[in-house]
Parts: sequence; C-alpha cells; structure tokens
Amino acid sequence: MTAPMDRERRRFMARALALTAGGAAGLAAVTLGPGLVLVQAAQGRAPGQPASAKVRWGLLIDTNKPAVIWDACVDACRDENGWQGKGNAATDPQWIRRVDLKDKRTGATHSLPMMCQHCESPPCVDVCPTGASFRRADGIVLVDRHICIGCRYCMLACPYAARSFVHEDVTGQKPYMPRGKGTVESCTLCVHRIDAGGIPACVETANRMDPEAILFGDLNDPDSDISRALSRHVVSRIRDDLRLGPGVMYRGL
Amino acid sequence: MKRLIVLLIIAVLVGVAAVATARAAGDVPLPATPKAFKGEQCVEPVGKMRRLHMEYLLHQRDETLRQGIRGKKYSLRACIECHAVPEKPGAVERSVEPFCASCHKYAAVRIDCFECHTAKAEGNGGQALRLPPRHAPAKENRWKAANTQPAELASQIGFYLADKGDMP
Repeated sequence: MTAPMDRERRRFMARALALTAGGAAGLAAVTLGPGLVLVQAAQGRAPGQPASAKVRWGLLIDTNKPAVIWDACVDACRDENGWQGKGNAATDPQWIRRVDLKDKRTGATHSLPMMCQHCESPPCVDVCPTGASFRRADGIVLVDRHICIGCRYCMLACPYAARSFVHEDVTGQKPYMPRGKGTVESCTLCVHRIDAGGIPACVETANRMDPEAILFGDLNDPDSDISRALSRHVVSRIRDDLRLGPGVMYRGL
Repeated sequence: MKRLIVLLIIAVLVGVAAVATARAAGDVPLPATPKAFKGEQCVEPVGKMRRLHMEYLLHQRDETLRQGIRGKKYSLRACIECHAVPEKPGAVERSVEPFCASCHKYAAVRIDCFECHTAKAEGNGGQALRLPPRHAPAKENRWKAANTQPAELASQIGFYLADKGDMP
C-alpha cells in the first residue's frame, strides 16, 4: 500500500532536485558573466564548498630554465610554510629541493625542483595504516596530522622522497600551516592559497623571475594554460614506469 | 521516631554537602576565564560552547582538512582571534593559551592543539598572515560554475562519511 506512494514521492523529490540543480547552474552561469568572473576568481571557492573532483591541480615545470629559479622556489616555500630546519641535513624537513642532473657522456648539467608529485594513485596513501595520508578530491595529496602516528611508511613508499618527518619541537608556526613533532609532512601545493583562489608560493616566485618557468592550473580544463602547454610540448613524468599519474610534469628532461 | 530518623538523615546529607562545597571552594578555586579580547558575542551561547566546543572543532577540522571546506561557522582561528589575550599586561602579542588553560587546568584535561597550531593571534604582533595573491587567472576558476551541483556535493559527503568510518 505504501510502496506506490513511496515511488511517487521519490519521483517528486527527483523532479524537485533536478529543478534545484538547474537553478543552481543558472545562478552560477549568471555569476560567471563578463565582469563578475574576476570577483569569483579572487574569492576562491565559496565558503562551505568542498574541493571538487572536477578540477585536478597540476604543475608543468620547464627544466631548461636557470637553476636560480628553483633555489628561489625552495626559499619561497620555506618562508611561506615555515619549515626552516636547525642546520642538520639528516633531520631537517624539506618540502621541496633542487635536484641536479648530469649527462655523463656529454657533461651537460640540468636542474629541477623536486617535491610531492601529487599522484593520481599515491603509494603514500596506500600504505598509511591510519588513513592520515590522503588525496583530496582536487588531486592534492595531504597528511592529516590529527591522525598521523609518525610511522613513516609513507616516506618509504614515496619514490620521489618527497616527505619529511618532523623530529623536533616546532614553534612559531604559520597560522594557516600547522606543523608539529612526530608527524610526516610534505608539499601541500599551498592548499591554503589555492582554497583562497591563489597560486602556490613557488609558482608565484618563479613567475616573477620567468613567467614560463612553472605553469600551475587545472589539468581537467582543456583551456587552461597548463593544458594547452601539455598539448603542445613533450613532457616527462618522473618514474612514469610506476604508473602513479603524477600531477607535476617536467619539460626538457 | 520515624520522623526523627528522617530528619537525622537529612541533617547528615546537608552536612556532607556543605563540607564538600567548602572543600571545593577552599582547595581548588573555580577557573577564572579571561574575558574575550575582541567581540561580545560567541558563535554559540556560552553554556553550549563550554560543553561542546571540542565537538564543533573536531567536526570542523575534518571537513576543512579532508574536504577543503573553509569559511564555516566554527574554526580554531576564529577562537584564537577573539580569545587570545595579551601575554603580559600591556603586551602586543596575544596568545589563546591562558584562556584555554584556565578551564583545562581545572578539569585536568591536557590538550595538544597548540603542539601544531600556533596559539598566537594574527592581528596584533602574532604570526602575520601573508594573504595569498589575488591574481589567479580567471579561466582557472571556470570549474566553480559546476561546483555547486547538489548531486556532486551529496556524493562527496557520502564518500567522506564512508571514509570516516575507516578512521580509528
């Protein structure tokens, strides 16, 4: 007796939802009209909105650019996120580093910045015993320090050696980037900036020195600068043999 | 006789209660919570905040970190902005630790929020918040048009809840 009523109710709810969805899309289209786009962009995601799986953040790094840019990126990241160490290379945290390559046959050298590659299928997430290592809907791989137990499995699993363990007490953290002893950390793609509609600190610094050095954007948007560059140039994904689908790609390797 | 016994019992109970109150008042003074540095109105009534602030913060932190939901009603940063008091009388630097400690010492509950989060307020002399640049290319934000679809929201929340079930 109640089954037909339930079906009818469901149909009604489906229609109501469809109407709401249509209304929401219409509203968004209006807000994205000329002149209002910038306001939308400057504000980042609306308050209360989760990160969307429709977007996939990525970086395209041109390794033909001079190495001073990558050094500046390391400094910018350190200042932004406050991970300066105490002068002990073995235990100091390192979210981004400069890697130098040399072709042994020709002697040609090459440098690139190496950080978390924000993989599509991150091994650090697979091995984490507590679920602290996770991949956000928009492809940013993060550590939930609230439940990280500091076992460092993720550091062993990462083929890019991108993660660090915090060995010592931390003071003077940035308000937007909490850090503490006994947890693992790595590049967050400056998630606090992205959520506010900005770009990562390293990209901002590199852009100031050479606007072509690092492209940041949405890999899912075919019109974004990074997607257009990816369709034009041959790029490398480091350790592509592992099929991890890194979000960070390199040109000129 | 019966009435006498009842009276006696009541007298004993009142006596015990009085001694207990006196001890509480004498040995461990009730916490004197510092007044909020800024703001007159908390996000919830005071009684509710005293009982439930940890629930609000726990819920909010998971949503913010794992889903990227920002700018909602509860946030540790907002607590700090209002409740951080000058570290010394007349000091510019403000810290929220005296406010939290006033009750937490009384209740003997150790919190480790400030092992990782800074307890300093940003406004006056604390760690200055460097605002992110506001020049992200407009086209990078086209996806926001589709970002408000209720169906997608529901599926993400569903995923999140399922994910949370696995957490210890």
